[in-house]
Amino acid sequence: MSPDPRGFIKVPRATPPERDPAERVHDYGEIYKVLPEPELKRQASRCMGCGVPFCNNGCPLGNLIPDWNDLVRTGHWREAIDQLHATNNFPEFTGLICPAPCESACVLDINDDPVTIKQIEYAIIERAWDEGWVTANPPEFRTGQRVAVIGSGPAGMAAAAELNQVGHEVIVFERDEAPGGLMRFGVPDAKLEKWMIDRRVKLLVEEGVLFEYGVDVGGADLAVDELRAAFDAVVVATGSRVPRDLEMPGRELGGVHMAMDYLYQRNRYVATISGGPEGPEPDVEISAAGKNVVVIGGGDTGMDCISNANREEAASALLLDVYPEVPVGGRYPDTPWPLQPRRSVTTYALDEGGAREFGRQVVELRGGDGAVSEVVGHEVTGTSSRSLEVVPGSEFVVPAELVLIAVGFTGPEPELLDGLGVERDSRGNVAAPLFASPQAGVFACGDARVGQSLIVTAIAEGRRCARIADRWLSQPERAPAGASATGG
Amino acid sequence: MAGPRHSSPRPAGLYDPAHEHDGCGVACLARLDGEPLHDVVVRALATLDHLEHRGAEGSDPETGDGAGILIQLPHEFLRANAHDFGVSAGQIPPPGEVAIAVCFLPADDERRAMLERELEDAVAAEGQIVLGWRDVPTYPEHCGTIARSVMPVIRQLMVGRSGDCADQDAFERKLYVIRRTVELRTGEISMPSFSSRTMVFKGMLSAPQLSRFYADLRHPALTTAVAIVHSRFSTNTFPSWELAHPHRMSAHNGEINTLAGNINWMQAREAILSSELFGEDLERCLPLVSPGTSDSLAFDHVFELLCLAGRSLPHAAMMMIPRAHENMPGVPPAIEGFYHYHSRLIEPWDGPAAIVFTDGRFLGATLDRNGLRPGRWLVTRDGWVAVSSEAGSFQVPDDQVIRRGRLHPGSMFAVDLDRGRVLDDGEAEREVAALAPWGEWDEEGTVHLDDVPRDTVPPQRMPTAEELRRAQLAFGYSQEDLRVVLAPMARDAKEPTGSMGNDLALALFSDNSPSLFSYFKQQFAQVTNPAIDPVREQIVMSLRTGLGPESNLLAQGSLTSTQLLLERPVLTNEESAVLRALDWGGLTTEVLDMTWPVAEGPQGMGDAVERLCAEASAAIQAGAGIILLSDRALDPERAAIPSLLATSAVHQHLVRSGDRVMAGLAVETGEAREVHHVAALIGYGASAVNPYVMFDTVAEMASLHEVEDLEPETARQRAVDALETGLLKVLSKMGISTIGSYNAAQIFEAVGLDRELVDRHFTGTSSTIGGVGIEELAREALARHARAFPSAHGLSRAGHVEEKLLPAAHEDLLPQGGVYAWRRDGERHMWDPETIASLQRATQTNGNGNGDGRVHYATFAQRVNEENAQHGLIRGLLRARKPDPPVPLEEVEPAVEIVKRFSTGAMSLGALSPEAHEALAVAMNRIGGRSNSGEGGEDPRRYKRERNGDWRRSAIKQVASGRFGVTAHYLANADQIQIKIAQGAKPGEGGQLPGAKVGEYIAQLRYSTPGVELISPPPHHDIYSIEDLKQLIYDLRTANPSATVSVKLASEVGVGTVAAGVVKAGADHVVIAGHDGGTGASPLSSIQSAGVPWEIGLAETQQTLLENDLRSRVLLQIDGQMRTGRDVLVAALMGADEYGFSTAPLIVTGCIMMRVCHLNTCPVGVASQDPELRRRFTGKPDHVVNYLFLVAEELRELMAEMGVRRLADLVGRVDLLEPGEALAHWKSHGVDLTDLLTNSATPGELPRHDPEAVPAREDLDPLGLVAEARDAIRTGRDIEIERDILNLHRAIGGVVSHEVVSVHGPAGLPEETIQLRLRGSAGQSLGAWLAGGIAIDLRGEANDYVGKGLSGGILSVRPPEQAAYVAEENVIIGNVALYGATAGRAFFRGLAGERFAVRNSGASAVVEGVGDHGCEYMTGGCVVVIGPTGHNFAAGMTGGIAYVYDPDETFAGRCNRALVDLEALGAEDKIQLRELLLEHHRRTGSAVAEQLLAGAGHGPAQFVKVMPREYKRVIAERSQLATVGVTA
Repeated sequence: MSPDPRGFIKVPRATPPERDPAERVHDYGEIYKVLPEPELKRQASRCMGCGVPFCNNGCPLGNLIPDWNDLVRTGHWREAIDQLHATNNFPEFTGLICPAPCESACVLDINDDPVTIKQIEYAIIERAWDEGWVTANPPEFRTGQRVAVIGSGPAGMAAAAELNQVGHEVIVFERDEAPGGLMRFGVPDAKLEKWMIDRRVKLLVEEGVLFEYGVDVGGADLAVDELRAAFDAVVVATGSRVPRDLEMPGRELGGVHMAMDYLYQRNRYVATISGGPEGPEPDVEISAAGKNVVVIGGGDTGMDCISNANREEAASALLLDVYPEVPVGGRYPDTPWPLQPRRSVTTYALDEGGAREFGRQVVELRGGDGAVSEVVGHEVTGTSSRSLEVVPGSEFVVPAELVLIAVGFTGPEPELLDGLGVERDSRGNVAAPLFASPQAGVFACGDARVGQSLIVTAIAEGRRCARIADRWLSQPERAPAGASATGG
Repeated sequence: MAGPRHSSPRPAGLYDPAHEHDGCGVACLARLDGEPLHDVVVRALATLDHLEHRGAEGSDPETGDGAGILIQLPHEFLRANAHDFGVSAGQIPPPGEVAIAVCFLPADDERRAMLERELEDAVAAEGQIVLGWRDVPTYPEHCGTIARSVMPVIRQLMVGRSGDCADQDAFERKLYVIRRTVELRTGEISMPSFSSRTMVFKGMLSAPQLSRFYADLRHPALTTAVAIVHSRFSTNTFPSWELAHPHRMSAHNGEINTLAGNINWMQAREAILSSELFGEDLERCLPLVSPGTSDSLAFDHVFELLCLAGRSLPHAAMMMIPRAHENMPGVPPAIEGFYHYHSRLIEPWDGPAAIVFTDGRFLGATLDRNGLRPGRWLVTRDGWVAVSSEAGSFQVPDDQVIRRGRLHPGSMFAVDLDRGRVLDDGEAEREVAALAPWGEWDEEGTVHLDDVPRDTVPPQRMPTAEELRRAQLAFGYSQEDLRVVLAPMARDAKEPTGSMGNDLALALFSDNSPSLFSYFKQQFAQVTNPAIDPVREQIVMSLRTGLGPESNLLAQGSLTSTQLLLERPVLTNEESAVLRALDWGGLTTEVLDMTWPVAEGPQGMGDAVERLCAEASAAIQAGAGIILLSDRALDPERAAIPSLLATSAVHQHLVRSGDRVMAGLAVETGEAREVHHVAALIGYGASAVNPYVMFDTVAEMASLHEVEDLEPETARQRAVDALETGLLKVLSKMGISTIGSYNAAQIFEAVGLDRELVDRHFTGTSSTIGGVGIEELAREALARHARAFPSAHGLSRAGHVEEKLLPAAHEDLLPQGGVYAWRRDGERHMWDPETIASLQRATQTNGNGNGDGRVHYATFAQRVNEENAQHGLIRGLLRARKPDPPVPLEEVEPAVEIVKRFSTGAMSLGALSPEAHEALAVAMNRIGGRSNSGEGGEDPRRYKRERNGDWRRSAIKQVASGRFGVTAHYLANADQIQIKIAQGAKPGEGGQLPGAKVGEYIAQLRYSTPGVELISPPPHHDIYSIEDLKQLIYDLRTANPSATVSVKLASEVGVGTVAAGVVKAGADHVVIAGHDGGTGASPLSSIQSAGVPWEIGLAETQQTLLENDLRSRVLLQIDGQMRTGRDVLVAALMGADEYGFSTAPLIVTGCIMMRVCHLNTCPVGVASQDPELRRRFTGKPDHVVNYLFLVAEELRELMAEMGVRRLADLVGRVDLLEPGEALAHWKSHGVDLTDLLTNSATPGELPRHDPEAVPAREDLDPLGLVAEARDAIRTGRDIEIERDILNLHRAIGGVVSHEVVSVHGPAGLPEETIQLRLRGSAGQSLGAWLAGGIAIDLRGEANDYVGKGLSGGILSVRPPEQAAYVAEENVIIGNVALYGATAGRAFFRGLAGERFAVRNSGASAVVEGVGDHGCEYMTGGCVVVIGPTGHNFAAGMTGGIAYVYDPDETFAGRCNRALVDLEALGAEDKIQLRELLLEHHRRTGSAVAEQLLAGAGHGPAQFVKVMPREYKRVIAERSQLATVGVTA
C-alpha cells in the first residue's frame, strides 16, 4: 500500500474526457465525463505520495489527496470515499467545479503535468453514490441547541451539515426558491447538473437539517429580533453578492447587464425545462439569442456567460479580458509554484463557440435608442489593475447588442448584516476573524466573510465556522435558549 | 564507586562523570616456570612504553590518563623493606599469610589518620592482624601538573592472617569484607589492591612516567612471575588516580556498553545473593557496585566477588563475557549447556573488550564475543608468555619465538602458573564446562512455552472490526501507523525505510497526544564502542530470554528457580494467552491490570501506578514467578496507563524493594506497535512483550487485502519477524548483542519529561530539559481514550479527531498521524509547504541578499523563527539578551566574512544527483565556505578549477564506514577530512545504496559494480574504541598532512564526553549533528527515535570542553535543520564556531521533501541518478549563494541589535541567552533550560578556538621516508629504502603515498618504483592508502589495519628468517587488514585476524588463514585464502571474488551464504589463482603456496570460489551485452 514510486514517470496525465463541443452546445447537460476505472487507477498511480504533499495544503479543505489517490490506485474505493468525506462534505461539487488549487500545488506541476486530482475526486464520490455508500447518518442524540444558517450556498450547507452532525438542530434559511446559492443559479448545468444539489440536500434533510426557501431573513419574512430569539446561534453564509460594476460612458444603455443577472435567468430557465420549480418573474428578460454578445471579464463567470450565449445561439460571443494571456507554463512570475495561478485557464465555452481577446480594456459603450450597439476599447498591457498601460493607437470598436459585465463582486449585501449589528472589515465583508462576530452567537463564513472566492473555500469556511460555533454552543455555562424555546 | 574520585567534579550543567568512557592498551607477561623475577617488571614496563600511543593526555600534556602494573605479592621485596612497615623481616608472615593493602588516601593529614584508623579497626574487627604502614616512595615531579594537584597520599598496610582463616582463600574473603566495609563506611578511601596474592601500582600517569613515579618498580627485589600493565585513554575530562588500571584483578581495553543494565541487575539481585563461603559477611559488603562506577571497575568488582565466592577465574570470566553460542555453528553441547545455565544467573557484560585478569596464579585474557579489540600473544623458547594489544610491544629476539597467536572472539587464552601450562584453543573453557552437568541443571529449571498444556487456555478470538477500531483509537493509532508502519512490516517482515530525516516537532509540543514512547530517544554507540551489523553479523546476536525468577548468582549446583524459556521476547497473542494462564512446572503468572477508571480523572492514573507497584510486590510475596502487566481490561470506563510508564514504574519499584529478581516481568499492551515501542518496554524492564492490537491490526489489514494478498496468520508472523529484526537493530545500534544485556539497561534518554517523574519511575534516565509530568501524561491518555469512547467523557460524538476540523461522516476514522509525511492536520514539521515554498521563492529570485528575495526571505525567516518558538524546537525557546546598545548595521562584519563559517552537510554523490552535488560544491567554493563530499568518492575531474574560477571540488572529504572511493588521491584533494562517526538522522546505522542508484558513474567512483547494492557497515571497522580513532586521525594526517581532521558526532546524552575524547585523540574540528538531520535512507524508527536535538549535544559539548580546558584546541560545528540567521545566532551563543546546512540548501536547489531519496525517483532531480529525472534538476549555485547570504544578513541584523560587531565575539556567550516567554504551551510549563545555559567560564575569559593552544602534532614520518624518497618521487627513478621498525611506527608509507599522488595523480608511479624493505614489528595501519608505485616488504609482523585503503601499492609481510615456528600456523598480521582497499596487491605469509579484506573493493590478496568475518562487505577485488577461515566469511559481500582452500570441505559451514554462492573454479579462475599464488610465493617464500603450485593433491580442485550472486548476475548481463555489442 505505498504509492507506485515510478508511476509519474511511466504514465502521462490524462484529462477528463468531455462531450463533443459540437454536440453539447445544443443542450444543457453535463459536459464532463469520467475516465474508465483502469485509466483512473493509472492516473492515480502518478501520485507520488509526497513527503510534503503540497496538494493537501493547496486545498482549502485539506483534502487527503495522496491518501485517496493511493486508495483509488489499489481499488479501495470504499475506504477512499471515507477519506474524502473526512474533509469534504460535498466532493461532487468540488469534483466538478473547483478550479483545483490542489493541482496547481501538485509537485508534478513544477516540471510536469499535475495529477488529475479533481477527476479522481469526482470519480470517488460518483462511485460511492452508485454503490449506495452515501447514506444519511443522523446524529445519535440532540443537544437541544438551535442554529439558524442564513444562506444555502456551499458554505451554508457545509456549516449546516457539520452542526447537525454534532447534534444541534439546524434550520437553513434560503432567500431563493431552491438551495445552492450561486452553485445553483450562477453555474451552468453544463458544469453542474442541479439534481446533484438536490441529492445532497435530500440527504441533509434525512439527517435532520431543515431547509426553508423563499425566506428573506432580516427583511420582510423573518425579522432579526425573531431570529435571535428563536435560535441559540446564527451562521451568516449569505455570500458576496453585490456585483462590481464598471463606470463608463454608455453604462446606462439597455442591453448592458450584470453577468449574474443573466446567469440567474438562464439557470432558472434550465430548471424550468427540466421540471424544476418556477422562479420569480424577472423585471427584464435578458437574452443572447441572435445578438452580438460581449462579455467583459475573463473569469469563470464570463466563461459561463459565453457558454449560455452559445446555447442561446447568439450571433457572436466575444469575451474581453483586460489582462494578458497567461504565459506558457500557466503562471505569472508573482504566482510561482505552488501558488494557485491568478487566472483561470478554463476554456470549455470557447471550445463550443465564441472568442476571447486578451489585454482589451473596454472604455465606452455606445448605442442608439437607449440600447447598446457597440463596445469601444483599447489594448492594454500589464498584469494587475495598477500596472495597466494603454497601447497607443490600439482603439477598437466591436458590435454588441448584449453586454455582460463579469468583473466580480464587491462584497455581501448589507441589510441583514446591519440588522444583526455585525461589523464589516475594510472590504465590506463581515469582520469575524475567527468566524465569530463580536455579537454573541453570530457567526459568519464563506464569501460573506472572506469575499468572493472558490466553492472549495466556501465548504472549508462552513466546516471551520461550524467548529467554532459548536465550541461556543458547548460552553458549559451556556444555557441553551433553544432548549426553553422548544421545550427541550 | 564508594571510594574517592580524587579529581572528578560533581555533575554540573550537562556534564556528568557517569558518561565517561575509556579505551587503552593492555598487556600481560608471565614466566611459565612460575619463578618470580624482577625482569618481569622491567619487561612489562618496557612493553607498556610501547603501548603509550594508545593512551592519552588531557589538557595538560604531562598528565596521562592513567597507567599501572599488577604483580604477584613480592615477598622478597616486603622483607627487604620490612623496616618501612615498622616490622622486622622475620616478623613478616610467610606467603599466603600476609597481605598488603595499597591505599590512596586524602592529602589532609587529620583526615588521613582517621581513615587509617578506620582501616586498622576494620582489620582488627574482622579478626586479622595489623602489622604496619609503609609510605610508598613516589616522585611527584614525574607526573603532570594536574595529576600532581589531585595526587593522593599512597601508603601500604601490611596485614597478617589470623588463625580464624582456614586457608588463603578464606583470608582473601576476609580482606574483601574489610575493604568493602571500609569503602562503604568512609566513602573516601580507595584501595587499588588488598590481597595476599597481588599488588598494584598505578596512577594518573603516562606509561613512561609509571616507573619514574614509583621507585619501588625499580627495586630489584620487586619480583613477580606475572604482570599486567595498562595504559589508559579516557574520554572523560577528569581522569582520576583511582580509575587507572589495572584494577584489583583485571585490566580492560574497550568498553562495556551494557553497563547500565548490568549495574541495575546486580543491584536487583543483591536481594537473593547468598554464599556459604561468605556467610553473613556478604550482606555488609552491599551494594556490590555503587552507581557511577566506571565500566571496567564495575566489572572488576563483580569478577572479584565471583572468584572469591568459589569460582575459578576462567569460570567467572566465562560467566560475564560469554562467547556467542546461540547462532554460532559448531559450539560443543557441554559449552552450550554451560552458557545456558549461567545465563540464568547473570546477563553478559557486553561490548568491545580485551580483558586480562589474574590472581597471581592464573593469568587469562579474553575478548568480547565479537572480537572487537586486538590481542596478540607469543610464547618464547625460554619460557616467556606475553599477551598485548599490539604485536611488537613485547620485544624478544626473533629466534626465541616459538608461537605467535592472537586472541579469538569469546575465546580465552590462559596461563596456569601452578601447572606451568599455556591453555589456548578453548582448553580453559572446556575444563570449566566439564566441571558440572550444567546443561542438565539448566534443563531441570526450564519450562518451555511449547510444553505448557494449552487445554485450559481459552481460544483466541479475533476482535470484531468495531472492537478493533475502538482499541486502535484508544491506543492512539493513526492511519499513518497502519499505512506506513504496520503494512510494510506485515508485508516485508522488516521495518519500513524512509528518507530525509526527522523534522518533527518534539513530542513535548505536540497537541495530538503522542504516546509516551515518543518522549524517549534511543542512545547509540559512537567512537568509544562500535555499533554492530545485526544482519551481516547475526551469529553474535541473540534474542533468547528467560522469564521468571532468577537463581542465586553465587550458588553452584542445581538452579534454585524455574524460568520460562523464550526464543524471542515478542509474544504472539496465543503465546500471551498461554502466559496469562500459566501454572505449570512451579511457575505461575499473576496478571496485573494496567488500566484505571476514567471516572477518577487524570489524578487517578498516578494512584493506579502506585496500586500496580503494590500489587506486583504482593503477587511476588504470594509466590507468582511471572508478572504480566496487561491493558486488555481497557473499555469505555477504563483507560490505559501508558504501558512504558507502568512497566518501568513496576520494575523500578521492585528493584528498590529488592523483589525484582524474584519474578519475571512481561507486558501485554495494545499500545506498542513499533520496534521502538517494544525496545523501550524491554529496555525499561520487561522481558517479554505482546503487542496484541498491532497483531490484530495486521491480521485485519491482511483479511481486507490491504497488505498484498497475505493470509492474516502470515501477516501476523511477519510482523513478529519485523519486530525481532528491528529489535536486533536497536540493540546493535548501541553495540549490544544480546537481549539479556539490553533488558532493563535503560539505554534511552528522555526529551521533554518532567525530571521528578523520570527520577521516580525511570530512575537513572537523563532528562535534560524537563517537561511534562504524570498529570499531563494522564490527560493525554484520557484524550486518546476519548477518541474511542466519547460518551464516557461526556462528548456527543467521537469527533474532534482532527484538531482543526469537525468530522463529517468519519467519526470512525483513525487520526491522520502526519509523523512520517506532512499532513495539514497532522503533527507539525519544520518543513511544510509554506516554509519550502517561501524559501524557494526567496532564493530563486534575487542575488546576494538583495532585492525582492529579501522580502520573501523575511517571510520565511519570520515563520520559521516563530514556529520554532511556538512549536517545538529548543532554540525557539531561547532568546538573546541585549545588554549592550545596538550598533549601526554597517559596523557589523560583512556577510562575506560570515558565510565563510558555513558549510553544507555530507550528502554523497549517489544519494544526490551529480548536478545537485556539484551545484552545492560550486556555491560553497564561491563564498569561501565548504561543501562536503559525503561518502561516495568524488570524480577527479572536479579537482581542477574551471576557467571561470568555479570549483566543483568538495573542500571536505568525508571518510565514512563504507570507505567508498576513499583513495590516497581523494584524501590528498581535501582541505578537511571528516570522519563520520554518526549521522544525526540515523546514528548507529550503516547505509545502503540500492542497486538502482548505482549507475555506471556512481559505480566507477565507488569502485563497485553498476547495479549491485552497496552496504556501508554500521561501524568503522577501524574504530571500535577511542584509541582507534586516535590512530585513524593519525593515519589520515599521513594521507594528507595539510588537511584538518574533523570528526562528526551525533547529539545524545554523553556526546560532550565523547567529544572531549575526540579532541584528545587529536581532531581539529568536531561536528555535533542534531537528530533532525537528513538522510538518504534509514529505518523509520531510527529516523524518529534515536538521537536528540543539537542544542542539547552542543551545550553538553561546550560545557565539557570548557570544564576540561580543551575548548581552545578545537573548532565546533553544529548541524541539524539549520535554517535562519536566528538559528545561527543561538548556535553561536551556545558555543558553535561553524554552522552546517543541509536540508535548506537542498530545498533551495529544488528539493521538495518528497522523502523518496532511497527510491531513485526524486521528481526534481535532486536525489536521483535516473537521467530522465536528473534533467529535471533546475537548481543553481546562485540559489545556494543567495540563501546563505540571506541567512548571514539576517544574522547581521540580529547582531546589530545586540550591539555585536563580530560573530567570533558571540561564540560561547551562553550568558547572553535566556529562556523566552514562548513556554506557553499547556504541556511545557515543566521545561527547565537551566542546564543548557550553564556557564562555567566568565564571558571575558571565555576560551575559544586558538591555533596556539593545539599541541604539536606527532611526527608523521619518523622513519624519514619522504626525505629519502623525494627525489625518486619527483623523477620516477627506482629507489630502495631499508629500515628497522617498531610497533611505534604507524601508518608507514602514508606520507610517501600522499606525495606520490599529489605529484602523479590517482595512478601514482609505475609499479615498485619505491621499495621499502622493513624489518621488525610494524605499528598499526602499515601501508594505509599505499599509492601505486610503492611496494612495502616487511620481514617480521604487523598489527591491525594493514593496507587499509590500499590505493595501488604492493604489500608483503613474512616472518623473519630466524623464526623458529611454522609460518602458516602463526599470526602474521592483525585485524581488519585491507579495509576499504581500492587497488593494489597484498601477500601475507601467515595467519590474519578478524575481518580480513573487509569492504575491499579492488585489491588482490593472498593470506594463509583468516579469522571471523573474512571478506565482509567486499565489493571488488580478489582474495585467496590458503589456510583456515573463521566464521561468517563473506557476510554482506556483494562483489569481488574469493578463492578459499578447503581440502576437508568444511568451509561451507563457516561461510555466510546469504549473498554468495560457492562454486567450482573455472578456467579463468584457475589462471588468476595461479598467478596470485606464484606472486605470493615469489614475494614471501610461502611454503604453502609452493606445495599448492606443485600440485600433488593440493590442486585447484580443493579450492572453492566464493561468488556474490548479484555480482555474478550483473557480470553475466554485462558480458552478454558486450557480446551482443560485438556481434552487432
